[in-house]
Amino acid sequence: MKILVLVKQVPETDSLAIDPETGTVVRSEATSIVNPLDLYALEAALAIKDTRAEARITALSMGPPAAAVALKEAVAMGCDDAVLVTGREFAGADTWATARTLAAAIRRLGPFDLVFCGEKATDGDTGQVGPEVAAFLDLPVVTYAGAVELRDGPGGLVVRAERVSEDCGQIVECAAPLVLSFCKAVGEPRLPLLAGKKRAHDLAPRLLGLAELGLPAEEAGSRGSPTRVVRIASPRLTRETESLDARSEEGAEAACRRIVELLAEKGLVVPKDGAGREGRVKP
Amino acid sequence: MREVWILAETKAGRVAPVSFELLAWARSLGSPEEISVAAVLPGPAADPEELCLHGADLVYHAADPALDGLAAAPVALVFGSLFARRRPEVLLAAATTTGRTLLPYLAAREGLGLTADCTELELERETGVLLQTRPAAGGNIMATIKTTRGLPQAATVRPRSRKPLARDPGRPVRVEMVALPAGAAAAAARGPRLVEELPFAESKGLADAPLVVAGGRGFKKKEGFALLEGLASRLGAEIGASREAVDRGWIEYPHQVGLSGRTIAPDFYLAFGISGAIQHLAGMQTAGTIVAVNADPDAPIFALSDLAVRGDLFDLLPRLAAALEDYRPAARS
Ligand SMILES: Cc1cc2nc3c(=O)[nH]c(=O)nc-3n(C[C@H](O)[C@H](O)[C@H](O)COP(=O)(O)OP(=O)(O)OC[C@H]3O[C@@H](n4cnc5c(N)ncnc54)[C@H](O)[C@@H]3O)c2cc1C
Ligand SMILES: Nc1ncnc2c1ncn2[C@@H]1O[C@H](COP(=O)(O)O)[C@@H](O)[C@H]1O
Repeated sequence: MKILVLVKQVPETDSLAIDPETGTVVRSEATSIVNPLDLYALEAALAIKDTRAEARITALSMGPPAAAVALKEAVAMGCDDAVLVTGREFAGADTWATARTLAAAIRRLGPFDLVFCGEKATDGDTGQVGPEVAAFLDLPVVTYAGAVELRDGPGGLVVRAERVSEDCGQIVECAAPLVLSFCKAVGEPRLPLLAGKKRAHDLAPRLLGLAELGLPAEEAGSRGSPTRVVRIASPRLTRETESLDARSEEGAEAACRRIVELLAEKGLVVPKDGAGREGRVKP
Repeated sequence: MREVWILAETKAGRVAPVSFELLAWARSLGSPEEISVAAVLPGPAADPEELCLHGADLVYHAADPALDGLAAAPVALVFGSLFARRRPEVLLAAATTTGRTLLPYLAAREGLGLTADCTELELERETGVLLQTRPAAGGNIMATIKTTRGLPQAATVRPRSRKPLARDPGRPVRVEMVALPAGAAAAAARGPRLVEELPFAESKGLADAPLVVAGGRGFKKKEGFALLEGLASRLGAEIGASREAVDRGWIEYPHQVGLSGRTIAPDFYLAFGISGAIQHLAGMQTAGTIVAVNADPDAPIFALSDLAVRGDLFDLLPRLAAALEDYRPAARS
């Protein structure tokens, strides 16, 4: 069985903060990490390998040469090999061009029984690449998946996944091959093992460029992207704030009264029947 | 006349309310003389006319049960058959788990640009260009995006970022049935298919709750967090939480508010011991009224609050309970 996992390198965003006065971003040196949600896709793939030793997992990324670091982490966790699609022509890709490129690479490397990705990347934050890759590969897609189970049906491999929608969990089934995007419901991703780290240290991801993908240059990178960013602005992150100091006894009482007053103003609480007019109701 | 389409969703056999928000978005792009609005409704629904009463001029209803909202390919084929007749200038879907699956799939198929999770849209009158604005970089910036080739210009919009229009029973109802196009039944049969639904009890109302009380790491431990539950039941409120509180196991993940949790826009958000990291703010910044209680006068959440209370939550919670003695939650629809 062959599984492909899409892994993206993203800037670490934990260190971002907003200056409350100016509303602008205070950016400490951004380091790069594996997209946190891709760790769930990796975990889901590795969990399959735990029970089906014959499974082979390939990690695939599109990005600058430095993205090899993210792939090494995937290998350290237990992936068998790693492929990096890299080249100037791929720069500035929107989700359409990214998915087009990744799908071409998957075709080239495949066929795969399962293609896994994260629910979304924390930098682009779109969650579009998974379903788009599925469309380009002409495969069914299950999004927002948690744990998966595999079953060998009469017609081949069947995946049973727990999908998390807004208001319920859904058990869904689909025959392989298919694309799945994973969310946090997978459970805690495993840490790299020492043996894996050693393997990752010695491994250089296989590199693929435009020529190997057989992709026309006008379908990759910014040239292949049907969307353009035309303006960047700071979010209007401020409101007119009323500040209260509740560190003293009186301050605390006043603050609580004010909170209740606001709740009542917005119609979220109402005086209890009879409250404050006890005398009139029960003479 | 420019044409705007929305992808309507169903829920339990009826039109899902988020579809009415989409109609309000579509209507906001221009006057009724300038734009016509059509809703594409895949799957069985008992009340397609509701889409007209909430702002659609026309409903394309593909009512075949094979379209269950889960399999993307047959829905893309339905759009493909409609596009063969006419292409709208704009296509909107909700940034729900359904919309965020179906629309990218369709966009890839049809070669469309697609912008995710927009919070502002503007249709340029002269050019017909749709300016699509969305939070980017974890909510740190607002990026305005346009589609440079291909029609329709497609976007998903964040749920609860616009109120539906009032239902107008006088509006004309026009529902056109759409047959399942060739290949769609086979595409649906490939799956995925729904086997079972598992309702999660704890978080049912969070997304739609008018009042949310939320807690973060300031509660220090699980027993501390229980204080928040007391307040929530007193107020008839739903509970929200920061990732710190969820990661520490004080409350389940469906309660997490923020970038990697839920996006909510309650009428009132009352936060205790939450610092207001950008990833948290991304999930609640459009709340009507925001009140924050925090010990730290520099907590970033204060910049976004209508009322900023500097103090100790352990001191304030019992006092707030006492101040609420004479009140009860307002009856809610
Ligand atoms: C990719 C990514 C995605 C993320 N997604 C999310 C998300 O979806 N949701 C989310 O919430 N976070 C998310 N985070 C994490 C986020 O960056 C913050 O770490 C988190 O929101 C902080 O939670 P907190 O405010 O509870 O904790 P802290 O930042 O530690 O704040 C605790 C606050 O409590 C106050 N406090 C302490 N004691 C008291 C007291 N006795 N009385 C009053 N106040 C007190 C402190 O002053 C402090 O401001 C994400 C991070 C990343 C990198
Ligand atoms: N450049 C990339 N290389 C590899 N995988 C990617 C890339 N971009 C996106 N993905 C995958 O697609 C998922 C969704 O990304 P996005 O649509 O950008 O939010 C991510 O979690 C990754 O698994």
